[in-house]
Formats: sequence, structure tokens, C-alpha cells
Amino acid sequence: MSYLLTATCAVPAAGAVLTAALPAGTDDGRRRVTKIVALAVSLATLALAALVAVRFEPGGARYQLTESYSWIRSFGITFSLGADGIGTVLVLLTAVLVPVVLLASWHDADPERGAGGTADPATFENRRRTQAFFALILAVEAMVLVSFLATDVFVFYVFFEAMLIPMYFLIGGFGDRAGGPESARQRSYAAVKFLLYNLLGGLVMLAAVIGLYVIAQDQGFATFDLPTLTGAVADGKLVVNPTAEKALFLGFFFAFAVKAPLWPLHTWLPNAMGESTAGTAVLITAVVDKVGTFAMLRFCLGLFPDASKTFAPAILVLSLIGIMYGALLAVGQKDIKRLIAYASISHFGFIIMGIFAMTSQGQSGATLYMVNHGISTAALMLVAGFLISRRGSRLIADYGGVQKVAPVLAGSFLIGGLATLSLPGLAPFVSEFLVLVGTFTRYPVIGIIATFGIVLAALYVLVLYQRTMTGPVKDSVRGMHDLKVRELAVVAPLVALTILLGVYPKPLTDIVNPAVDATLSQVHETDPAPAHPVAATPGGEQK
Amino acid sequence: MSHWLAAAGGNSASIPAPHVEYGQLSPMLVVFGAAVAGILAEAFLPRRARYWSQVTIALLGLAGAFTAVIVLASQGYGSTRVDLLAMGAVALDGPALFLQGVILLVAVVAVLTYAERKVEPKAGGVPVDAFVAQAAATPGGEQERAAVRAGFASTEVFPLTMFAVGGMLLFPAANDLLTMFVALEVFSLPLYLLCALARRRRLLSQEAAVKYFLLGAFASAFFLFGTALLYGYAGSVRLGDIADVISGEAPATQALLSTTQNDALLLIGLALLSVGLLFKVGAVPFHSWTPDVYQGAPTPVTGFMAAATKVAAFGALMRLFYVAFPGLRWDWRPVMWGVAILTMVVGAVLAVTQQDVKRLLAYSSIAHAGFILTGVIATNKQGLGAVLFYLLAYSFVTLGAFAVVTLVRDSRGEATHLSSWAGLGRRSPLLAAVFALFLLAFAGIPLTSGFTGKFAVFQAAAAGGATPLVIIGVLSSAVAAFFYIRVIVLMFFSDPQPGGPTVAVPSAFTATAIGVGVLVTLGLGLLPQYFLDLASKVSPFVR
Repeated sequence: MSYLLTATCAVPAAGAVLTAALPAGTDDGRRRVTKIVALAVSLATLALAALVAVRFEPGGARYQLTESYSWIRSFGITFSLGADGIGTVLVLLTAVLVPVVLLASWHDADPERGAGGTADPATFENRRRTQAFFALILAVEAMVLVSFLATDVFVFYVFFEAMLIPMYFLIGGFGDRAGGPESARQRSYAAVKFLLYNLLGGLVMLAAVIGLYVIAQDQGFATFDLPTLTGAVADGKLVVNPTAEKALFLGFFFAFAVKAPLWPLHTWLPNAMGESTAGTAVLITAVVDKVGTFAMLRFCLGLFPDASKTFAPAILVLSLIGIMYGALLAVGQKDIKRLIAYASISHFGFIIMGIFAMTSQGQSGATLYMVNHGISTAALMLVAGFLISRRGSRLIADYGGVQKVAPVLAGSFLIGGLATLSLPGLAPFVSEFLVLVGTFTRYPVIGIIATFGIVLAALYVLVLYQRTMTGPVKDSVRGMHDLKVRELAVVAPLVALTILLGVYPKPLTDIVNPAVDATLSQVHETDPAPAHPVAATPGGEQK
Repeated sequence: MSHWLAAAGGNSASIPAPHVEYGQLSPMLVVFGAAVAGILAEAFLPRRARYWSQVTIALLGLAGAFTAVIVLASQGYGSTRVDLLAMGAVALDGPALFLQGVILLVAVVAVLTYAERKVEPKAGGVPVDAFVAQAAATPGGEQERAAVRAGFASTEVFPLTMFAVGGMLLFPAANDLLTMFVALEVFSLPLYLLCALARRRRLLSQEAAVKYFLLGAFASAFFLFGTALLYGYAGSVRLGDIADVISGEAPATQALLSTTQNDALLLIGLALLSVGLLFKVGAVPFHSWTPDVYQGAPTPVTGFMAAATKVAAFGALMRLFYVAFPGLRWDWRPVMWGVAILTMVVGAVLAVTQQDVKRLLAYSSIAHAGFILTGVIATNKQGLGAVLFYLLAYSFVTLGAFAVVTLVRDSRGEATHLSSWAGLGRRSPLLAAVFALFLLAFAGIPLTSGFTGKFAVFQAAAAGGATPLVIIGVLSSAVAAFFYIRVIVLMFFSDPQPGGPTVAVPSAFTATAIGVGVLVTLGLGLLPQYFLDLASKVSPFVR
């Protein structure tokens, strides 16, 4: 048994404890030590995650590098980890994004620069503020990694829920400097809204988890082990009566739909992303929310195949509404960060649509979409964060002509924006195309309507760029300095990945496709009969 | 058999000498012995020697009793051996022994909080505790001022508590209704007194005591009346005999034939007994005393009462239902369903509007009583283990939370109004973090003991066919989470009020109490296996 997966999750967890325990202080030296330690931990995690990806054999077993430790025997719970193709790419995404986020948030927790602290830098709270911020981010990373790797339903649930607490403190405790006098109140409102929505989802899921266990126990499977349960479901050894299966599916799906978020359960996202720092916002939308969509693939489809098929059309309609609704609201936003949040809601609609279209292209596309959306949104949001930190305002109307003053910043913003609107040649195009094709082959009407989401995306991105970056230079923008070295180091890997994965997505598709095929075979679903036109993906050829 | 009995009667068979197993009864005997020793110390030792000797006697007594419990358990009692003691009046079985152990540990921690003399400002030049200088003095009168100036203290709280603990040890072990009633009174009467002994806000404290006493006396009367009716029905107060009569296994005598034709005695008797016990656990609709009493009582007493009374009363409730009335399951279960639903919902909903932290915790304890009741209703082996585990987990969180409340003070004593807790996390992050941990455990967030307990009872309830109860439990957990989170928001994200409370630095006593609470909360959340095993391995109730 290898310890690689445990180590991948344990390093950021230990790093969080270490970072929190570092000596407090208000001087820059002490703070810098904290930041460097946190960054080093996240880079070590990245190295481990890369090792996981290298060791992972795409054609091998469904779950690889598996580990299992006894945890709570009374309930048949083992601390089991295992990487499948989908989980592996999301582990990589998380491990790549967290160092980037840390670097981007370098000064966000300094009391004199970020909002959310009290003015006096000598208070205990301010002296520990940097440590708290960086430790919380690492704690979130550890919990997200466990969620992506857990092959025990209970373990997944525990970390899925527990990650709300550090997330909650990140949202409520740390904001950007754009906040006005009302910002503390709005931020704590956003944090509470985030927590209550997700807690409610989690508690509903808890009822379903218990229900699943009780039903499985009655039939001799007193376990939470996912491969055992899905195997038993697929072999017909574990038979859940249809009504119960539907109820359990809805219990699980509700939690994931809140997390993802799917319209109409999305309303916490704009608040949370708008009020928190840009780094936290990236953590929410690019990392934590992915656990929701990931879990739909892994748990909903694997454990409740029949119910998944029953509800798929309804979910597709909801995701379609989400695509259009998110995009339309994004067009109307005045606040840059809220605009990106609504754009994310639209994108999550695409991801969920790809999952429940139940075609191999759709699900491969959805998995790639999770990665690409993570990278492109991170680029857009972090550059927006740099912009906001310069001017101290989140309002689009306060900017204009930035590209003349800060051309590199504007250029990075444009690339992030073009990736968000799925320009061909950039990574999100591949995934969006796959999702649309995958949906079209089974549900042509929904596929056609969803395509209009792309048009709206072009509208909100280009209008945002036009209003903030082009035109006459506004007085408020004059003298704005361009990206600094640290900020360039944040943007460069994201831009590089966006272009690389747009041109050459094969390394990812190779890992993802077998896992998607395995997921589809769990729901006893095959692609619709006529050979689909996409030859570019190996997933299509293996049929 | 003693000599004079044989000599006096000649016919010893007609007057059986009571046979008392001192060894097996030693946990209770040691505690009652320590209580009597405490009374003697109170009577004969000089005033300045009393405090330390009382603390020592109490702690030694509790430690001795706990050792006795361990010794009995190591002899196999509670797991492989069960016994009826004192002519069948007292049961020695798994649940009894487990709950006695929990009550003793709770009492140790509670005595530590009683012994705190550092947070209250000195009176008359000597350090004083949370208890009144002279209970008989009129509040605010000259006599009281004189007593305070003289530095008097009510060290009789220690022997009173020991009597209460002794009664609580007997309560879940009582195997006939009269013993149960005696135990009920033995632990209730000292509690009524203890409630009246607050040093600050004496009128509130006395009001609480009077309310508790009046309502408690009613509840006791209900219990006694129920006992009488059941004796009339079954011709015995022994729980096992009553069960035999109900199931028809008892030899039919003429008297029985005439009473058992009419179920009214039985059903009314059962209902009245239930009222008495549900009052003690604080279940709706017999909960109305809880907020007032919890608020008015000295906070260390509140913590003790909230934890230990609940443990003892749930033990007795389960023994009653599981031993005496299993045959009536179809009669009492629907009623208890209703009570559990009401308790969960009313506790959670009313807590939302509370403005006082002690009242908030009181309503939270009501909601928790509802959660525990779902495990009681399960009436299966899992349910028994789950309830035992829940009681263990819940009592230490409660003790810790109330111990924290004793430390947040302003010039008028404890600052229990929630508004004065605003910004506590900024001034005293460690204490606020500890309190937040307890609140998260109350809310049942994973990786805390509260979650493990909640999972265990809900799982047992679902396995026992009470799925609707689980769903209602989960939903009221979500409501409950709202008000726990409200307090966390207040502590961490609100600005401190000018002139707000300060956090007193406690002595080692309270620090230990809080530390134990934190350790148990995290320990039972992260590694609960040992205690789950312990709770699930207990023997069933002996008859």
C-alpha cells in the first residue's frame, strides 16, 4: 500500500497547523516567513499531486494508489482514498491553483491593506491575521483534496461538510479593500448565507447518507465503501426500491447542487464571491465548488444509476436555465466580481448539463470544463483582484482606459476574458464544444438553446473589457501601475495553461476518458447510435 | 442474616433480612459517603479550612466512585455479567454502569468549575466563588452586605452536589418505580437548592429555584401518581413484574384478573410516569422551566444540571420504556414520536430569537433532548448504544460551553447578554475559538463529537424505521445551525462594543474543565471508535 494519497492530503493539513502556529507579529519579516512557509507547503503539495498524476495509469484499474485505514468500525467506515481519472485531474487543478492563489493574496491579509481588520495593527487579531488567512487556505486545500480522493461515502461527506468552516471564516473575516463602511456587515451576511445554504444541503445529504447505509445494511452491505457499493448496485446484489432510490438521489444531489451551484440554489455565490478577496473567490468557484460537480459524477451516477437517468431531463432543464440566467445577470452587473460570479453560475450550468447528458463527450467535456473553468476564472478573477486593489473599487463604472496605463494587466485580463467566453484556441473552447456536442446528440433542442449561452458570454466579457480597459483614460485610473513581478508570476502559469490545454488537451483527455466510460457504464448508458462527429477525443473512438 | 433477627422472630422466613451487595453498590455508596463527610466537614471545620477540604472530599469521592465503576466493569459487569442488587431494587447492567461512569466524569468536571475562585473579584479580602455569601440573607439587605464583607462562602454546595450525584447514579439504575422515585427526589432537591445560590443576580436565581421547585414538585407528583396507578394495575412496582403482567406471562391471580381487564390504569399510569421523566429531560411540552432555570442558576450549576440531569433522566426513561413497557411499544411510540418532533422543532425555532447566551444554550439543550429521543424511539440495540454515546458527547460539550460563559464578565458579573459578546473573537481569540468549537459541536459539524453522536442516533432511528423523524431532525438541525452560527458571527465578525465585557483569566480549575471539554469534543469527533465500541458493547437492560 502506498502512502502517496494520504501524504498529498496530509501535507497541506500539517502545513495549515504549522502556519497557524508560526509566531505572531506585525512586522513584515514575521509575516513574510508565514507567507513563504505556506507557499512552500502548497508547492510541496503540488509536487505530490504531480507525482500522483504521473503514477496514475490511464488504462489501469478504476481506482488506483488506493489506501485504506480502519476508522470507525461500528459503522463500517474506513478512511479510504483512491484516485480515479476524474479525481486525479481535479487534484492537479487544486494543487496548481492554491499556490497561485496564495501568491495572488500575498498582501490581502495585511491589516493595513486588506479590509476586515480593525485599524489598530497591534491588536491580537491583527497580529495573527496573516497566519490565520494562510492557514485557512491550506486547510481548505487539504479538505478538498480528501474529498476528491475519498472512496468512502462517509469520509467524503465528513470533509465535504467540514470544509465549510474554514471557508466561512475566509469569506467572513477577509475582504478586499474596495469595501465601504457597510462592507463588514455585507461580508458577514455573505459568509452566513454561504454557510447556511451549504449546511442545509449537507444536512439533507446526511439524511440520505444514513438512508443509504441503513438500506445497504439490511442487504448485508454494512459499509460506506464506494467501490463495494457501486459494484453491488451494478451487479444487482444491492437493490434499492425505486422510490427510496429517487429520494436518496435527491438528497445527495441537493447538497451537490447547492455546492456547485445549480440554479435556483445559486444565490449564495454572488454574495460570497463579491465580498471576499479575489483569492478566496477563486478558491470558492474554481476549487471548492468543483467538489459539487465532481460528486455528482462519482456518487450520484455511481450509487443511483436509475434515479440519475430518471431525473436527468429535469436537471438538464435546470442547468439550461442556469446557463441563460447566469449569463443574462452577468450582462447586467455593475460590480466586476459579481459579474464573474454570475458568469460562473452560467458555466456551472454547462458542467452539470454535460454530466447529465449521459454521453461520453458530454461527461468528458464536463470534466475538462471543471479544469478549464478553474484556470480561466482564476486568471480573470485574480487579474480583476489586482485591478481592484489598485483603485479600491469593484464598480465597472470607476474604470476606463486601463489598457493605455497598464497594458500588461489589460492584456492578461483580456486573455482571461477570452478564455471565459470560450474563444477557439483557448482551453475552455474544447470543453464547451464537447459538452454541447455531447448534449446535442441526445437532447438536440437543449443543445441548441444552450449554444446561445456562448453568445451571451461574449457579450458580458467584451462589454466588461470595453468599459474598463478601453476608451479614454479616466482620472481615477491615471497613474495606475502595471503588473508587478509577483503578479506576473500569478498570471503567467494560468495564461500558459489556458493556451496549452486549448491547443493540446490530450494529456487530460487520456486520463479522463476511461473514468468517464466507467461512469457511463455504471448507469448502463451508451452513446446514441449514429457515430458522433467528434473524432478528436479518444473517448469517442473507444466505443 | 443478622443474629437478632433470627432470635427475635424465630421464624426467619417471614421476615427476610435485606441482602445488600455493598461491593456492587459501591459507586453510589462512596458518593453518598463523601456527601455525608462533606456535611460533617461543613459542621465541624473552621470556615477558612472548609473550601479546600470540601473540594478535596468531593473530588476524592468522585474519583473513588469512578474507580469502583471501572473495577466493576473490569469484572465483566455491564458487558458479560448483569445483576440485580438490593433485593431487586437496583440493576447493575451495561447502560446503568456506562451512565454512572459518564455522570461521575461529568461531576468531576462540574466540581472543578464550582471550585473556581479567581474570576469573581475578591470580597472581604478573600477570593470567592460563584455562590452566594449567605443563602439565608435577604438579597440586597444589610445582613447580606455584612456576609459579603466578612468573606463568607457557601461551601455547602459541594455536599449538596454530591447528594445530587448520588441520586443521579441511582436513577438510571433503579429497577423499581419506588426506587426510581426516591432517586428522582434525592437528586432533584439539592438541585432546587443549588439553583438559588448564585452570588450575583440573586433574585433571578431565587426565582429560578422557586420555578424549578414548583414545577419539579408537580412532575414528581405525576410520577408518584403514575407509580400508584401501575401498582394498582400490576400489583408490583418492579419494572420486570410490570412487563410480565402486561405481556400476560405473570401467573394469573384473582386480583390480577380483575385489574388487568381495564387498561385505563396501565395507560394513564404510563402517561403520568412519562410526564415526570420528560420533565426532567426537558422535552416539549414539559420544557418551559428550562430557559428560566438555566438562566437564573449559578452558571457552574447550570452546566452540571444540563449535562448530568439529562444523562440520568434519559437513562431512567430508557429503562422504563425498554424494561417495563416493551409490550406497549405500539402505544407509547406514536406519542413519543410526537414529543420528539415537537421537542426538536420547538427547541430549534425558539432558540433563534434568544438574546441571552444561557437561554440560548437552554433552548439548544431542548433541541438536543429531541435528537436523543429519536434514538430512544428506535428501540433497537443500535439505538441504545447511540443514545449512550450521544449523552457522553453532549454532556462534555455542554459543560465546556457553560464554563466558557463563566469567564466572560463585566462589572455586574457574567455578561450573558448576546450583544455584549460582539467582537469577543477580536479581543480574546482563543476563548472565542473554543466557544466556537463547542457551538460547532452542538450544531453537529463533522469532525466534532456532536456530529458522531447525531449520526449515531439518526442512523439508529432510520434503522428502526423512523425515517420521518430523521428528516425532521435533519431539518431542525439546519435551523439550529442558524443560531449557533449567529453567535459565531457575533464573536468574530462584529465590532466590539465600547465598555464591553472582559475575559477573566481563570484558575487551573476552570481551565482544566474547558480543556477536558475541548479534548473530548475533538477526540469523540476524530477517533470515536473506542467509545462507540464501549457504548455498543454494553449489555441490554437486565430485568
